[in-house]
Amino acid sequence: MPSDVNHVVEFPGGYTRSVGPVIGRFLSELRDGRMVGVRTSGGRVLVPPTEYDPDTGDDVTGEFVEVGPVGTVTTWSWVAHPAKEHPFDRPFAWVLVRPDGADTALVHALDAGVFDAGAEAPKFLKTGMRVRPKWRAERTGTIGDIECFLPEVTMINPQAKLEFRLSGGRALHRYLEGIAQGRILGSRCPVCEAVIVPMKETCPRDGVPTTEEVELPDVGTLTTYAVNNIPDPRAPEVPFVSGYVLLDGAGVPLLTLIAGVPADQVRMGMRVKAAWKPREEWSPSVGNIKWFEPVDEPDVPFDEIKDYL
Amino acid sequence: MREVAVVAFTQSEHSGEDQGVLETEILAPVIGEIKERTGLTRFGFTCSGSCDYLQGAPFAFVSALDTVGAWPPISESHVEMDGAWALYEAWVKLLIGEVDTALVYGFGKSTQNDIRAIFTQQHDPYYLAPLGVDHVSLAAMQARAYMEKSGAKDEDMRAIAARSRAAGRGNPFALDLPDPADDAGFDIAPLRPHDIAPLTDGAAAIVLAAGDTARELCERPAWITGIDHRVEPHSPGARDLTRSESTRIAGEKAGAAGVEVAELHAQFSHEELILREALGLGDDAAVNPSGGALAANPLMASGLIRIGEAAARIHDGTASRTLGHASSGPCLQQNLVCVMSGEK
Ligand SMILES: [Zn+2]
Repeated sequence: MPSDVNHVVEFPGGYTRSVGPVIGRFLSELRDGRMVGVRTSGGRVLVPPTEYDPDTGDDVTGEFVEVGPVGTVTTWSWVAHPAKEHPFDRPFAWVLVRPDGADTALVHALDAGVFDAGAEAPKFLKTGMRVRPKWRAERTGTIGDIECFLPEVTMINPQAKLEFRLSGGRALHRYLEGIAQGRILGSRCPVCEAVIVPMKETCPRDGVPTTEEVELPDVGTLTTYAVNNIPDPRAPEVPFVSGYVLLDGAGVPLLTLIAGVPADQVRMGMRVKAAWKPREEWSPSVGNIKWFEPVDEPDVPFDEIKDYL
Repeated sequence: MREVAVVAFTQSEHSGEDQGVLETEILAPVIGEIKERTGLTRFGFTCSGSCDYLQGAPFAFVSALDTVGAWPPISESHVEMDGAWALYEAWVKLLIGEVDTALVYGFGKSTQNDIRAIFTQQHDPYYLAPLGVDHVSLAAMQARAYMEKSGAKDEDMRAIAARSRAAGRGNPFALDLPDPADDAGFDIAPLRPHDIAPLTDGAAAIVLAAGDTARELCERPAWITGIDHRVEPHSPGARDLTRSESTRIAGEKAGAAGVEVAELHAQFSHEELILREALGLGDDAAVNPSGGALAANPLMASGLIRIGEAAARIHDGTASRTLGHASSGPCLQQNLVCVMSGEK
């Protein structure tokens, strides 16, 4: 089609047509938000109705039957680049829909959602899928009173959100006070003598109150780790590595992010150091430490960390 | 019953681009050539197939009569369809004995308009045209229905397009189209660009003659041993799109069984598969040796060309029983089958 159009044929104001009692009934019902078919003398229900039985040419009966509005897609095509005559200016499907209760199918458009121009058909589009008309709010008695069809609802996506006012307890409060000053605090168990970090008031092994506050260095050894491929708001990017770091002098490892090294080069026994946010951004939050990064020291042999896994 | 044969066939060198010529300027040399070929300047009956919508002018077909020469007044008729249906009308006229010769022609330009928008307006004005649904969108729905039922794959469609285009490159009248691209995307899915007949400008003419006149005009006339056309409901939703019952019946009435060559007016790759099944064509039948509509599809002439190409195989002695098929309407709604034989 050349772009330089120099000849146009049209009926200004449209071409007035009479529709007769059968098509007229269908269009009137559409205007009321209902779909009807007409019954043939053989008992079939034609949608959209015609004045004649397409099999025999006989007149149809005067019996109109409400059908649908839900129907089944019998075949479809996908328009990735709509033409200006098409009902959407974004990708959509043409469908043949057989409304429930009908024996024939109706051609219409299906809105499968919002896609960029040129998109391929979404996987959920299938022959046999169940669809339902989307009625136009202002209806005038045309096939366009059905704006399009929409897939039947098969799934919902409810949003869940609960709000709390939690307090971290005394030990955590003290730990965060330390973090706010760039210090990592642990607590020593009087029985096993292990330093627990982040600090706790009770030793989880011995069940006794911890007695001594101990400051630990921000350097340690990675004992074990996992590579994560699902994005997390706290992680720099996917894939990211989360791991347990046994700070020098600590008796339990600390769960943290590992960064500054490609995920496939992370090793058990690797020596790491905390990467702190700039001091002016510090707050009483574990987020002051962005993650732990490798330091240029030899790896720790497995035997020395095997009890901290 | 009178014997009627195709005695001559001519066509233009079809073009996929607007050559800046009028329909009549495409048609005139084709008519001139067939007059020269047959030595006839006057015909008992003249019948043409064309579509005014392609030109966007009422009675556009009338100007085509300039190419025939209509003075003194001639006996003439026109169908707003492919020229294959004009041939049917002329065949009837010859059959009832009024005349001994008939000139049939069809012509159309697709490059000066928006064919899809035009075909949208040919659909029923109540349920289809207001939706803006075009014939390619409907054909794509038929393709999916057929593929899902038959198990035919994308590769089967591509093979048809590749074979048609290769044959077309060997046909001086068809377009010069490359092999389907490996990375061809979709037009209207599941159809890819090569599955859709190309936009084409062109014209074709056939001369029919009866009895001894046919024998005088042609060394080896292509006798029409059977011709039939059938129509299905217009609404695609009232039909089983996975088969062509109208083609099956027309083929049966026309005696399609056992033809050596079949020229099928398949304007989409999947239509060839549906038509082959409907006509019961086996692997021994050569389908579309001309390249078919997928290699050149001058609207309103393309179906007539199928009959002409099938007749030409008899004229040149390479086949003794051939079939020409023409189609019209959305999703193979109407189908005409013309079976010809070199022996009578
Ligand atoms: Zn003159």
